[in-house]
Amino acid sequence: MSVIISGELKAEVKNLNFYYGDVHALRDINLPIERRKVSALIGPSGCGKTTFLRCFNRMHDLYPHNRYEGKIILHPDNINIILPEIDPIEIRMQISMVFQKPNPFPKSIYENVAYGLRVRGINKRQLLDEKVEKSLRGAALWDEVKDRLHNLAFDLSGGQQQRLCIARALATDPRILLFDEPTSALDPTATSKIEELIVELKNEVTIIIVTHNMQQAARVSDYTAFMYLGEIIEFDKTDKIFTAPSNRLTEEYITGRFG
Amino acid sequence: MATIFDRELGKLKEKVLIMGTMVETAIRDAVASLVERNSELARKVIEKDYKINALDVEIDEECIRLLALRQPRAGDLRFITTAMKITTDLERMGDLAEDIAERAIELNEEPMLKPYIDIPRMAEISQGMLIDALDALIKGDTNLATDVIKRDDEVDKLNLQVFNELLFFMIQDPTNVSRATRITYISKYLERIADHATNIAEMVIYLVEGKIVRHITIE
Repeated sequence: MSVIISGELKAEVKNLNFYYGDVHALRDINLPIERRKVSALIGPSGCGKTTFLRCFNRMHDLYPHNRYEGKIILHPDNINIILPEIDPIEIRMQISMVFQKPNPFPKSIYENVAYGLRVRGINKRQLLDEKVEKSLRGAALWDEVKDRLHNLAFDLSGGQQQRLCIARALATDPRILLFDEPTSALDPTATSKIEELIVELKNEVTIIIVTHNMQQAARVSDYTAFMYLGEIIEFDKTDKIFTAPSNRLTEEYITGRFG
Repeated sequence: MATIFDRELGKLKEKVLIMGTMVETAIRDAVASLVERNSELARKVIEKDYKINALDVEIDEECIRLLALRQPRAGDLRFITTAMKITTDLERMGDLAEDIAERAIELNEEPMLKPYIDIPRMAEISQGMLIDALDALIKGDTNLATDVIKRDDEVDKLNLQVFNELLFFMIQDPTNVSRATRITYISKYLERIADHATNIAEMVIYLVEGKIVRHITIE
């Protein structure tokens, strides 16, 4: 599969299996993730794409009986991030997640963005100010909120709240940004802002996005993986997947004739 | 169960085939009007060309509508873009049939320069190529499409042969020039018709395999 990718790899998934107790949710996943590109995961509900995305920042560790097998290698350090001895908190600083619904903390705009830094023990005002501004600018939100940084985050619109969550994720200088259907709760204007932002952000950070909206995958991603029943059925450059996929299941899914 | 979109695609395919059949008829009648010296038939070909043009516009509009509203992907996307290109080729073939009919009317007004032998042969091959290209489109048959592409060489050879023969007539007697030139034109029109059939066959290969084979020599 790595023949498809010409550039430098940021991560590599090797023979990943995942179990929710007895349920074998991910089966022998192999996937290269190119640095500073957008990789999209698509597939019908229940195919395992969110489960897969959550492996990248060890979200499954929160529940007992969940079990990982195989490797998710993070480059260039060459560490397997799903090993139990690797601290999930540290992983989540480096691999941040933006969720389906905007979920700001019940704090000010400023404190939402500063939160991850404070967890890391950074409390110097000047440094926090710089980071907060840089992250809000990175999330294309600065101009809209710079005069009311200490207002409650809930005062923002849905689209602004989602960009705030992106700013919060950016504050810890992550290497990979995970998006789990980041626009499914947003209107078309807010959606297109987030999509523009994703394309913009890949100059700085590697992105993996789960989306139900196939046109969104087509618009924002460089690579697309089609998943079904816990497996990756096809992985290729996005333009290839959307013009001439190789697998019949992929074709049926993306043309809306699945099942 | 077929979706609304499936039915729309079915209708589109039907229209492309209707247009193809109309073009086939136009070519056949245009060549017959020459060989049988039937100018009445030639005039009918010219009169009917507007129907082909109208269908060209109609199919184009339908494709644009489907692109905008259905955002087709993969095989559907390839089918719609292919339909747009194929109808352009078909429309040009219709115009060439009209051109043949016009030259036929002019030639029918004068005595026959010589019996037509190679021209009907070229017409037969070109028409066969069109029929098979459309058949390949319906069946998604890339072998048949490849075969169509290969046959283009025969038509090119016949065109050259016709040209050399008529050149000889023109050198022999300058009063032959006006008729011989017109027949040369017709030969060239048929050669172009075969080229358009080749384009359609190439689009069928793209449609089925997602591979662009234009400007590549097929072995």
